[in-house]
Amino acid sequence: MSRAAVVKLVALAAVALAAVYAYNGIDDVKTTSVLSASVRFATPLVLGALCGMLGERTGVINIGIEGQMLTGAFVGFFTAVATGSILLGVVAAAASGVLLGAFLAVCAVSWRTDQIIAGTVITILATGLTSYLYTPGKVLPSSVPPWKIPLLGDLPLVGRVLFDLPPLQYTAALAAVALHVLLFRTRWGLRSRAVGEHPSAADTVGVSVWKLRYLNIALAGGLAGLAGAHLSIESASTFERGMSNGLGFTALAIMIFGWWKPFGALAGALFFGFLLGLTNQLQFDKVIDIPPQFVSMLAPALTIAVLAILGTRVRPPAAAGTPYTKE
Amino acid sequence: MRAESARLARVLRPSALLPLAAVALALVVGAVVIALDGANPLRAYGALVLGAFGGWEEFGRTLEKATPLILSGLAVTVGLKAGLFNIGAQGQLLLGAIFSAYLGWKVTGLPAVVHIPLCLLVGAAFGAVPAVVAGVLKAWRGAHEVIVTIMLNAILVNLTDWLAGGPWQEKGQAISRTPAIADSAAIPRVAELPLGFFVAFALAFVVWFVIERTTFGFRLRTVGSNRNAAHYAGIPVRWVTVAAMAMSGALAGLGGAIETQGVIGRYEPGFNASLGFDGITIALLAKAHPRSAIPAAFLVAILRAGSSKMQADTRVEPEIIDVLLAVILLLVAAPIVLRTLLRIRGDRQHDELRLTAGWGS
Amino acid sequence: MTVADDAEIVLEALHLTKRFPGVVANDDVTVRLRKGEILGLLGENGAGKSTLVKMLFGLYRPDEGEVRIRGEVVQVRNPGDAIRRGLGMVHQHFQLVPVMTVAENVVLGAEPRRGPLLDLRAAARRVRELSERFGLAVDPDAVVEDLPVGTQQRVEIIKALYRDAEILILDEPTAVLTPQETDELLQILRDLAARGVSVVFITHKLREVMAVADRVVVLRGGKVAGETTPAQTDEAGLANLMVGRTVVLHVDKAPAAPGAVVLDVAGLVVRDDRGQEAVRGISLQLRSGEILGVAGVEGNGQRELVEALCGMRAKAAGTVHIGGADATHGSPHEVHALGVSHVPEDREKDGFVAAYSVADNLVLNRFDERPFARRGIRRLDAVETEATALVERFDIRTPSVSTPMSSLSGGNKQKAIVARELAQAPVLLVASQPTRGVDVGSIEFIHNQIVAARDAGAAVLLVSAELDEVMGLADRIAVLYAGRVVEVVDAAEASRERLGLLMAGAVSGAAAGAAR
Repeated sequence: MSRAAVVKLVALAAVALAAVYAYNGIDDVKTTSVLSASVRFATPLVLGALCGMLGERTGVINIGIEGQMLTGAFVGFFTAVATGSILLGVVAAAASGVLLGAFLAVCAVSWRTDQIIAGTVITILATGLTSYLYTPGKVLPSSVPPWKIPLLGDLPLVGRVLFDLPPLQYTAALAAVALHVLLFRTRWGLRSRAVGEHPSAADTVGVSVWKLRYLNIALAGGLAGLAGAHLSIESASTFERGMSNGLGFTALAIMIFGWWKPFGALAGALFFGFLLGLTNQLQFDKVIDIPPQFVSMLAPALTIAVLAILGTRVRPPAAAGTPYTKE
Repeated sequence: MRAESARLARVLRPSALLPLAAVALALVVGAVVIALDGANPLRAYGALVLGAFGGWEEFGRTLEKATPLILSGLAVTVGLKAGLFNIGAQGQLLLGAIFSAYLGWKVTGLPAVVHIPLCLLVGAAFGAVPAVVAGVLKAWRGAHEVIVTIMLNAILVNLTDWLAGGPWQEKGQAISRTPAIADSAAIPRVAELPLGFFVAFALAFVVWFVIERTTFGFRLRTVGSNRNAAHYAGIPVRWVTVAAMAMSGALAGLGGAIETQGVIGRYEPGFNASLGFDGITIALLAKAHPRSAIPAAFLVAILRAGSSKMQADTRVEPEIIDVLLAVILLLVAAPIVLRTLLRIRGDRQHDELRLTAGWGS
Repeated sequence: MTVADDAEIVLEALHLTKRFPGVVANDDVTVRLRKGEILGLLGENGAGKSTLVKMLFGLYRPDEGEVRIRGEVVQVRNPGDAIRRGLGMVHQHFQLVPVMTVAENVVLGAEPRRGPLLDLRAAARRVRELSERFGLAVDPDAVVEDLPVGTQQRVEIIKALYRDAEILILDEPTAVLTPQETDELLQILRDLAARGVSVVFITHKLREVMAVADRVVVLRGGKVAGETTPAQTDEAGLANLMVGRTVVLHVDKAPAAPGAVVLDVAGLVVRDDRGQEAVRGISLQLRSGEILGVAGVEGNGQRELVEALCGMRAKAAGTVHIGGADATHGSPHEVHALGVSHVPEDREKDGFVAAYSVADNLVLNRFDERPFARRGIRRLDAVETEATALVERFDIRTPSVSTPMSSLSGGNKQKAIVARELAQAPVLLVASQPTRGVDVGSIEFIHNQIVAARDAGAAVLLVSAELDEVMGLADRIAVLYAGRVVEVVDAAEASRERLGLLMAGAVSGAAAGAAR
């Protein structure tokens, strides 16, 4: 992680903490609850934004994240119910995301379908199929227990907020770190970025555009599937129709916000998670009375503002959206 | 013989053969899903057709469903002609619907001949507002209209939800919905046929004429086909972009208004859930041809209108229609699949639908 | 330098044929390359040069014939195959990732690693080694998009050498270089050949082939039209071989009879897309009945100058008057209304709408004027009548006026654009690269049309990267360097050497004060 990024993250965390403490006084319970909620809300957003980022870094726009999350939530939940195994449920959720990712790759790479339409198809298809196949009244065999990390988990405040979490929340943060290293420090990352910026430059030195796009979009789908598993298995312990509720699109906003960088996505997601967590607490305390719809408008509104203010300085990977043909 | 079939393919290919094949294949896929779920697809489809055409009442309801669909299909089409992918027809339609409802119950005492068109115009105007925002950001800031309209959809769904459950909620109602519109704002029916349908029908021809025969339409198409050449030829690309988005949004908003005034009679969240997205399917099924939006919308309307009888008779849930429409959308957007299956030769260049090239500009 | 006839043959293309729908791009082409040799591959646009090298490099598969490398028959399925067998290619459009560094670009696809991670330090070291060994100065840590084109080309060559290329193919490498940079490149190629690298040098420029090649193979219409050496022939001989008939290398024209000032530019400053000043204070005057040629290496402000004059780009400072009217802030539409016609530099990008019919393209800038439209409604019959007349007058080869523009050949597309722009006698014609990528027959036709427009009283601003074109057509020549007019010379007195020096920024005594 670059030093500037670390500084920014730490500063953000400090400001957030100060704000919460300033309001709550020393009320540790409330502070913990706000921050824990922030981390929880951020989890599917990080995973979704990483999914979108990995796709665009390799040159494929994915607006089907919403559908991949929903499918992951559905498949994960019902697999866990059917097999009685939470782990199998999570694996199945990731696998369903990979499958939909591969489907996007087939559309975008092999069939050269317009990528926006391919993503739209995934979301419509996922919404339709999960609603059609949904059977109410099922319950999970057990809830997902948090994993407390020895020593770190015993720290005051930080311990409970960051080191005593259910597994998929760790996974989201680890995924961001891992993707950062992979993208910027490995051969695979250099090639993937080249494919996303200038595919024929990669092709002419023998890097297969086709293979990398398939691989990365499928992998990215797995991340969105995990986000779905978090929603149904880990967070809600149930499945509801349309339960991704636009998070996939918010994740897209966060990807842009985070400037197509893994730590950017992490910071952006934590920021929005924190805003959500804080407003929830403030509503609960009857300090403010903002209709929940307005809170939901925040991420999209800020994204539009960023696009409006920065204009063409917003610089996504150059080849994102264009199918590749030799000459 | 070969020449004959080649001629047939040539006659059918660009306009009808591929979309029809897409629909047919989607029905097959749907049948497989239904059968896997343990129901009889033939019975389900039979019930669906009966539900859409079983009598005057059913037929009227199908036309009623087709009305906003024609308009949202036209909205997406106008955008496509100008090289813009207005994925925000959904939000624009919602805004048009709720503002036409607002005017429909707030204003009373007007004669119907004034009240109905007034509400329709207000609906169209408010549909145009978010579209213009996206158009301006595209033209002057280079923000991609797809990402902006996705975000606007998220905002508008929440905004209309809040209006219908907050300041504009019907008094004493537990659920979110506005009061019913005044009788003078409601679009009447002639026998079983909804009048709004004829408005939409006529508009398809108007849009066709504007796009294909006027200088404005030429400007719009030129911007859509080659922005650089349009700029070179002295066409004000930015203003045409905004105008095209305005026209697109107005059509979507009008669709919402007609739905409010001709069908629902008020605004209620969730009643217009997929009309805007169906517009994408319809526009592509119609190959972005304004007049073809009529049959394409009609087809989607049949599926939507017949699905409740299908559910009642065969317990196949109406969500299967979303699956069918997704498959249709995919097949019309990726013609290579059908070409391979049907062994139709076609030139790739003509097929290729390129709406997006990065978010940047 | 000569290469012995018995030197090892490293690369053979034997009877290669490649067909595309409707055209045989390569028809039974056989070419051999010896070790340490520079082979010039000469041909017009569309002669099949690019198709041939794409087959060698694995970007296309030949329909017939075989490729042998060092005597061994090989299947080159993709560029990776070609690279493994010692082929390196410098593409006409650079294959570099703009946002990455030189080192990253060089090692892409064959990256040094330390453990599981990339070793970018080793990459930079290798780049430095190569650049020292072959005299190709580049900074490994520079980001490619910040480098000038000449340097980017060196990065491409280093990229090939990093992969131990023994056979180097360069596709039109001099198109973007100054005459001096070109000379440097040619020297680099000679050095490489002396070290045993075999070079295929693709070009349509006769002079360069004469200067550097050991042997020349000429392609015409997808076939090998002949093989020769610079010693056995001269430029005229090569030109005849390339075109298949005797070529008139100069344009017949009467002396100019300049009239009133039509275009008056004063202190013009224009920024490029990245906000940098591309035109830095240009003043010039152009009279009716004369052709002012603008010479210069591409990227010295020509595009921005032309776009600003035609209203397509905002001006940062200065004034433009056309026919006495202030056109400084005119839109393209308003400038056109002043009688300005514009043949754009990038035909495919700006010049026409590919999906539209030939007829619609022929009225693209007049579609809303009478008689082509009335009260906002288009009159398609009037459009067709006009289009039919223009197709006839300008000899545009098209099945009909309703044929889509995209199915015309490059030369006919360009003729259609020229037809549109000359349809109404213009006051000022701005012609930018009017014959780029066009066959010889169309070049002659277009040149004659430009001269005819001049003789009919138009002022003509001719911008071209082809020095021969400027020298052949213009009455006066303005040399552009780094956004300034270095000097304006009388065409009759201009020599290629002097223009070349000016184009490279060698400031003449008279202009030194003004330019600084």
